[in-house]
Amino acid sequence: MCRPEWRRALVQAQRLADFARLRRVRDRIDREYARPLDVAALARDANMPAGQLSREFRAAYGRSPYAYLMARRIERAAALLRRGDLGVTEVCRAVGCASLGTFTTRFTELVGMPPGAFRRRAADAAGAADAAAGRPAPAAGPAIILDGMPAWVARRVARPVRNREAPAAGQRLA
Amino acid sequence: MDISIHTTTLPHDDPDASLVFYRDVLGFEVCSDVGQGRMRWITVGPAGQPGTSILLAPPAADPGISEDERRTITEMMAKGTYGWILLATPDLDATFEKVQAGDSEVVQEPTDQPYGVRDCAFRDPAGNLIRIQELR
Repeated sequence: MCRPEWRRALVQAQRLADFARLRRVRDRIDREYARPLDVAALARDANMPAGQLSREFRAAYGRSPYAYLMARRIERAAALLRRGDLGVTEVCRAVGCASLGTFTTRFTELVGMPPGAFRRRAADAAGAADAAAGRPAPAAGPAIILDGMPAWVARRVARPVRNREAPAAGQRLA
Repeated sequence: MDISIHTTTLPHDDPDASLVFYRDVLGFEVCSDVGQGRMRWITVGPAGQPGTSILLAPPAADPGISEDERRTITEMMAKGTYGWILLATPDLDATFEKVQAGDSEVVQEPTDQPYGVRDCAFRDPAGNLIRIQELR
């Protein structure tokens, strides 16, 4: 390897290939978050040592694979709690969390209030909106929080992000 | 005023692979294919909808873009955080089967979302997220 620009091109090509591999790990978390996933299994399937995966994933996406997985679960949990037809324990199980304690801690950390309080507040808000619109309150149904946006974008926007200002007024991150 | 949305763009890093995905897997028609090598601009669109197309373009081809910006864009593409598009179809399951059979990277199988839509998601060969929503 005598030419520095060739060497740089090779290094950059390897870097892009590594990013694509991390992308597949991230997509797998998005796809399988409700299953019992752990970083060791993700690393094994990506052919990387767990420490290296955590380091590189954090460098690429700003948080560790574990933190990304938990954020994904909590985001989904918030959507389910907002819907109002499942209890906190059922939601915890539905999003793949084995421990109710960990779930409650992470939820509170990311959303700014415990899951039970979030569920009650969502039910109150939906009831108030229905009353204002002269509609009878439905037993259960999705609450539209960001009108006019493609739902998937709304979900992204509403996704909990640690250490950033919460999008909704009246919520404060720990 | 009578304005329609005519063309939107997505980046590619391997024009031939992207062409195969949009033409052979998604079944889009190719309206034009100009340039050569990696500098190719390919216009594709859903069959029977000549007024709407996607321009598959080389990323950061504008000479006013700095080397740093160019590197950032190619890295974001590889990380899957750059381009995305939302498509829609009346028959999500058949579409999913077809795209999956094309050996594409599945991001999400058809799912009833809690916010009321049913959708699935793939990566195109350049790492763009292709989300497909069911029309009801």
